[in-house]
Amino acid sequence: MGSFVPNTPSQQEEMLQKLGCASWKDLYRDVPREVLLEDGPELPPGMGEQQALARMEELAEKNKVFPHIFRGAGAYAHYIPAIVGRVVKKESFLTAYTPYQAEISQGVLQAIFEYQTMICELTGMEVSNASVYDGATAAAEAAAMCADRRRSRVLLSEGLPPQVIETVRTYCFGSGLPVETVPLAEGVTDNEALQKALGPDVACFVMAQPNYYGQIEPAEELGRLTHEAGAKYVMSCNPISLGLMPTPAQCGADVAVGEGQPLGMPLSWGGPYLGYMAATGAMMRKLPGRIVGETKDSKGERAFVLTLQAREQHIRREKAGSNICSNEALCALTVSVYLAAQGPEGLRQTALQCCSKAHYLQKVLEEAGLQPVYEGEFFHEFLTRAPRRQALLKRLEEEGYLGGLPVGEDMLLWCATEKNTKAEMDRLAQLVKEVLA
Amino acid sequence: MKLLMEKGYEGRALSLLGPCDVPTVQPSKTRTAPPRLPQLSETELSRHYSALARRAHGVNDGFYPLGSCTMKYNPAVNEEAASLKGFTAVHPLQPLHTVAGCLEALEETEKYLCAINGMDAFTFQPAAGAHGEFTGLLLIKAYHTHRGEGEKRNKILVPDSAHGTNPASAAMAGYQVVNLPSGPDGCVDLEALRQAAGEDTAGLMLTNPNTVGLFDKNILEITRIVHEAGGLCYYDGANLNAVMGVARPGDMGFDVVHLNLHKTFSTPHGGGGPGSGPVGCKKILEPYLPAPRFEKKDGKWQEKPCPDTIGRVRGFQGNFLVVLRALTYLLMLGREGIPEAARNAVLNANYMKAGLEDLYPMAYPGLCMHEFVMSLEKLKEETGVTALDVAKAMLDEGIHPPTMYFPLIVHEALMVEPTETETRETLDEAVETLRAIYKKAVEDPEYLKACPHRAQIGRPDEVNAARHPVLRYRPEEEKA
Amino acid sequence: MNFPSELQYSKSHEWVRRQGNTAEIGLTDYAQSELGGIVFVNLPQVGDEVTMGEALGDVESVKSVSDVYSPVTGVVSEVNEALLDTPEAINQDPYGAWLVRVERISETEELLTAEEYQEHIRTEQ
Repeated sequence: MGSFVPNTPSQQEEMLQKLGCASWKDLYRDVPREVLLEDGPELPPGMGEQQALARMEELAEKNKVFPHIFRGAGAYAHYIPAIVGRVVKKESFLTAYTPYQAEISQGVLQAIFEYQTMICELTGMEVSNASVYDGATAAAEAAAMCADRRRSRVLLSEGLPPQVIETVRTYCFGSGLPVETVPLAEGVTDNEALQKALGPDVACFVMAQPNYYGQIEPAEELGRLTHEAGAKYVMSCNPISLGLMPTPAQCGADVAVGEGQPLGMPLSWGGPYLGYMAATGAMMRKLPGRIVGETKDSKGERAFVLTLQAREQHIRREKAGSNICSNEALCALTVSVYLAAQGPEGLRQTALQCCSKAHYLQKVLEEAGLQPVYEGEFFHEFLTRAPRRQALLKRLEEEGYLGGLPVGEDMLLWCATEKNTKAEMDRLAQLVKEVLA
Repeated sequence: MKLLMEKGYEGRALSLLGPCDVPTVQPSKTRTAPPRLPQLSETELSRHYSALARRAHGVNDGFYPLGSCTMKYNPAVNEEAASLKGFTAVHPLQPLHTVAGCLEALEETEKYLCAINGMDAFTFQPAAGAHGEFTGLLLIKAYHTHRGEGEKRNKILVPDSAHGTNPASAAMAGYQVVNLPSGPDGCVDLEALRQAAGEDTAGLMLTNPNTVGLFDKNILEITRIVHEAGGLCYYDGANLNAVMGVARPGDMGFDVVHLNLHKTFSTPHGGGGPGSGPVGCKKILEPYLPAPRFEKKDGKWQEKPCPDTIGRVRGFQGNFLVVLRALTYLLMLGREGIPEAARNAVLNANYMKAGLEDLYPMAYPGLCMHEFVMSLEKLKEETGVTALDVAKAMLDEGIHPPTMYFPLIVHEALMVEPTETETRETLDEAVETLRAIYKKAVEDPEYLKACPHRAQIGRPDEVNAARHPVLRYRPEEEKA
Repeated sequence: MNFPSELQYSKSHEWVRRQGNTAEIGLTDYAQSELGGIVFVNLPQVGDEVTMGEALGDVESVKSVSDVYSPVTGVVSEVNEALLDTPEAINQDPYGAWLVRVERISETEELLTAEEYQEHIRTEQ
């Protein structure tokens, strides 16, 4: 049996006796007999560290790690600076509790304050929280933030990733907010359809920039239409793209959310990731989750503390806007280190390379026989037709290439990042040519 | 200590990217000004975070008896498992036949958690306990809706001793919350429950042992009352550490549970997350679990049809690397280790309690489970020293304070949960420290009220922080 | 502690100043001292209907939230916006820092005089 109980059986015996207990059963005397497991749980016997790790390695080896990744669709393969891993593995960050006791937690609190500052800089918004679970739940929480007694209908652009739309729908099954989607036209939100859908009962319009299909949306115009109808504008932006593209603040967003995974988190088969949420000053008190604020201590020195807690569940209980308690704090630290390591120029270069490489990829794939579906501007993802799609993906897989994501009947959603090289993309195009020949 | 933004110099950078090997293309519209991120060298970056780390304190650094948080030691081997490239480098949208390892890992974890909890199925999508509560309540909602009773059954019963996430989750799931008063013994008042349970009851949320550290011995009657009224029973797994492998929530009458892997199953807290809040349920709720779900047919992994699912509660499959840490832990502890951990969690709590109860009034007499609640109400009346002051005094001694002012039903509460991973020597030392603090509080209340004296900062002005929130750094030019 | 005699008081610690068919509502000195430093006030909007006995808003301290109950049924005619920036005014001047003014009053709950209110506090304690 593997164990982390340090007290030896004889120590445990002594302690039991000190308590006047004859055996373990005495400690559980309030548990009804019928409920006590006489023979213990139905689990296999425990093991030492070496064996347990061997089993985990065995499982890991059953997965295929693709050396060449050309798929995004919500999770992206970016270069993670080596310093990121070193920092987030530090014991005092990794194993710390939530910083409710400010006097012992200035390190964690300052790191989160720095994170909040950098998210504000990235998005142009005035205030950020300390993170929520992921981009999809961030969108759902943003919709809840915007709803009130008079306006409860939530409009979602069909340019949002399907997993985001599904998550918002599930959250609204709980809250009872009606959800409607707004269709696309030529790969971006159809603004006529949006105008038709807007009305005095609409709480917000939520869209993605760039959208799921990689297309760059007319964000400022969509924001204008939304505000004209008196609704709030929520933008879900890819954070790497914000190294280059207009900020949600520039486009008039009331709430800016997004999936933070590209900022230093490995793909990890889906998690842990991070949802960032930033807002205008007017919406500050509607933000869910923890927020760190600056103040002074009893000696007049700068200090950081969890603040605006009266919004949260531990104080408001059923009157809280959200139930969120634990967030993705260590991932927020990851984001901080990543953004600090990149700096403004590094982030801009990364975004530029993503955009450039994706455009090169589209060119060589088109030459190889995969026609682009949309003509509009894109950032680092794009949709192509894909004849012989299954055979194509199979061949790519044999060569260690994770090709675009199958979408619809006959399309693939491709992605390129700064990690992909020209040589890789040329080889990819070659493989495509061979299959289509 | 300076912020990142107060360090660096224009033009400093790390050497991360190579040159672009393709023609440059950029979007036609760009941001008007670059983000004002710090410009630092790697030297400065490394030292900044070392300095921050010195001002952070984790359970692997010292004793952390936080009631209701189960701050047990986070094993090093968990980190090894969670860093394997075969897990970290896998894209969530890879074809299923390339992620057999991930699917098997979840399947194995599901099997073990079902065995420990007496459940039939688990979802790993929820990222935290509160997320799990919301998910579990949606399962209940879907169940009643399916039976045409969704509108009628619009209330969730929650004890007044419950963690704030319980009523908040119920409200998020669209329910009205009915607060059940606790009896004088800290447990569910059966009469109040009988009165409250009825045709409009969707369910009851309960944790057992409860938030005052007691096992509610009427549990079978409690769940029977709710079931008879047509409601379902939800188990908040925050306190599972007291009973895992010793008793199963499924046998107590619960239909759905959430677990906190970052509490009971040793995954690290990370300064507030990421956690993982898997939700388990009995067969009657299985059809509603979040999709996608996976099954192995003829040796091939495929998506299971889930026509009645409540849908996704997040973007992908869950906080997978966190679940892997829990799996490593489960593999190591196994059949004997799981109940051993629970038994020793209860033993250690009672041992500490026995060492303190002649000085610190205990909110409830007798044996406790894995945690106990002390009330400093009398100390406050006599000396003016509060639970907060005592907690701050512990900071000077390098011990993370216990949970303060929770549950709400105990005044000036301090909730202590040592966990099973502490040595007897640590417990003895902590007891001595707490006894010394009590004596000091009686002799010199003013000293206590000014604690901490030796911490990173003095007490922060929280009133000002909330009245005039400063939530980000602003460069000098911007400050009014 | 101060209890001006010209005001009326509710059992839930609000004060009422009647001016014709308008009522000015605030929190009593006892309420503000129990709450501690007030950090934020959530007020209704002008034009909102309020109902006797139901919460019209709430006040936050660092560690708690308390509902403010309306002693009357009517329509909100004015809201004390200054409190959004300086909620501490409620602590400093509870009878000057009114929260809302309500008009078109159709119902009023049974209110207490200053003496009756002080007695009520004594029995609550």
